[in-house]
Amino acid sequence: MNLLDRLIKLDRRIIFLLIFLAVGIPLIAPIGLPVEPSQPIESGYDFIEEMPPGSFVLVSYDYDPSARPELYPMGLAIIKHLMGRGIKVVTMALWPAGAKLAEEALNESVQYIKDTQGRELEYGRDYANLGFMAGNQIVIVSLGKSVSKTFPNDFYGTPIENINILNGMKNYSNIDLIVTISAGDPGVPYWVMYAGDAYDKPVIGGCTAVSAPQLYPYFANKQLVSLIGGLKGAAEYETLIKAPGKASKGMDSQSIAHLTIILLIIVGNITFFLDKQRLKRLKRRMK
Amino acid sequence: METIGIWLGALLTLCIFSFLYKDNPFYKFAEHMFVGVSAGYWMGTYFHNTIYPKLIGKIGHFFWELAHKNAMVVANVNGETVRVQGISFDFIHTLEYVLLIIPLVFSVLMLMRIFPRFSWMSRYGVSLMVGTGAGLFLIGYLKSNVIQQVAGLLKPVVEHSAEYGTTWATVGNLILIVGTIAGLSYFFFSKAHKGAFGVMTKVGIYFLMVSFGAAFGYTIMARISLLIGRLDFLINTWLLGTIFG
Repeated sequence: MNLLDRLIKLDRRIIFLLIFLAVGIPLIAPIGLPVEPSQPIESGYDFIEEMPPGSFVLVSYDYDPSARPELYPMGLAIIKHLMGRGIKVVTMALWPAGAKLAEEALNESVQYIKDTQGRELEYGRDYANLGFMAGNQIVIVSLGKSVSKTFPNDFYGTPIENINILNGMKNYSNIDLIVTISAGDPGVPYWVMYAGDAYDKPVIGGCTAVSAPQLYPYFANKQLVSLIGGLKGAAEYETLIKAPGKASKGMDSQSIAHLTIILLIIVGNITFFLDKQRLKRLKRRMK
Repeated sequence: METIGIWLGALLTLCIFSFLYKDNPFYKFAEHMFVGVSAGYWMGTYFHNTIYPKLIGKIGHFFWELAHKNAMVVANVNGETVRVQGISFDFIHTLEYVLLIIPLVFSVLMLMRIFPRFSWMSRYGVSLMVGTGAGLFLIGYLKSNVIQQVAGLLKPVVEHSAEYGTTWATVGNLILIVGTIAGLSYFFFSKAHKGAFGVMTKVGIYFLMVSFGAAFGYTIMARISLLIGRLDFLINTWLLGTIFG
């Protein structure tokens, strides 16, 4: 059996092993490849930089743990940036498991601010978590009328009237920016349609890499202030706030894995064409 | 407790990864467990976040008020308290609870799917949901995805951009306009794709190919990101954190 035959009959498990090594080795021995922030990410960062301290930002966690590796670092980086600038953060979720992920990101960000700036942030005064609410786009529309009627209690069951930060947040008119971190529906398109465009509110969209190409038209048309796509987008945001985290750490593996896949595609195509030519030659000989 | 969670997560991840070698009972166990736990979690969350606080809890509260206070409310429309069979009765307050009968009835109708003889009843609930959803979606979709996207395309071809300069901004606009028109032409089937129109549709196909390629590239990126997340957990949290830590 020559090399061409071996490549044609290559066991797919060898490809799995190659990808496994391409991802795993850089995690143990990082290379430190540079991460250059791109324009869709920078515009979101710049927008938050220009917001005055004390502004209200609603961050919606619209994903579940299956998308955590891509989206958690993204939400964390944005909340760290917001809290670091003294902006009031209120989280909510349109996906059931999102509320718990939001709580985790808030706690981690509060600790980060304490460690880096020495400021103690207080729940109810500087940030709050509204929790999950079923209803998809109905929830987004309802928030435009009344936050307290949409979320009578927060994530911990405390009535919304007893939470200071939420007393100043009646509806979208008191919200200065909406951030949605989404893994599908309900997610970025709903926030653009029912909050961004309907109430003329700026929206930053964070999404999985799979959905990024479908959402770019919103960014190109300025319906989104910023579009942060996948782990790469999260790593760029971490670079901008100078707080490298899990996303930046994963970029070496991402690059090496992509390089491996490109090589495999090239080898696969060369093999395909060589095999095709060999078949043609065989047919000619048969004639 | 945290260590147990990490071990459980690691072992279940390995069970799922074992499918890459070949199908096996460990994979099946992890797969079924995932489906069961997810379904249970979703059901529990929806019950505690929606069904209980918005329906059952409120109805229960209504009856509790009825039984314990023996007097329901404060004032009626004319400012006088109406008493019905010895119970003080506020119309607006009671109406709030009475209206809950509507979602309750529709929920019960939805559950009728379980019984083949009465399954037709579930159509009322489904049609209400479809009607509301479609009505709400249509307006939002039309405004954001059609009108505003078309409006965004109607701009001068020659444009100055502080970031890219005039030349590249103009080239970008040209690509956008040609790509949109050519892409839409490909989906126009009332005219044969021949001659000049055929060339345009061919250009449209190339633009579509580029977008499919970009989507494929992004999909690979997403899948690799998920693998990074799992391997990072296995290597750094499990192996280095609990075993060799």
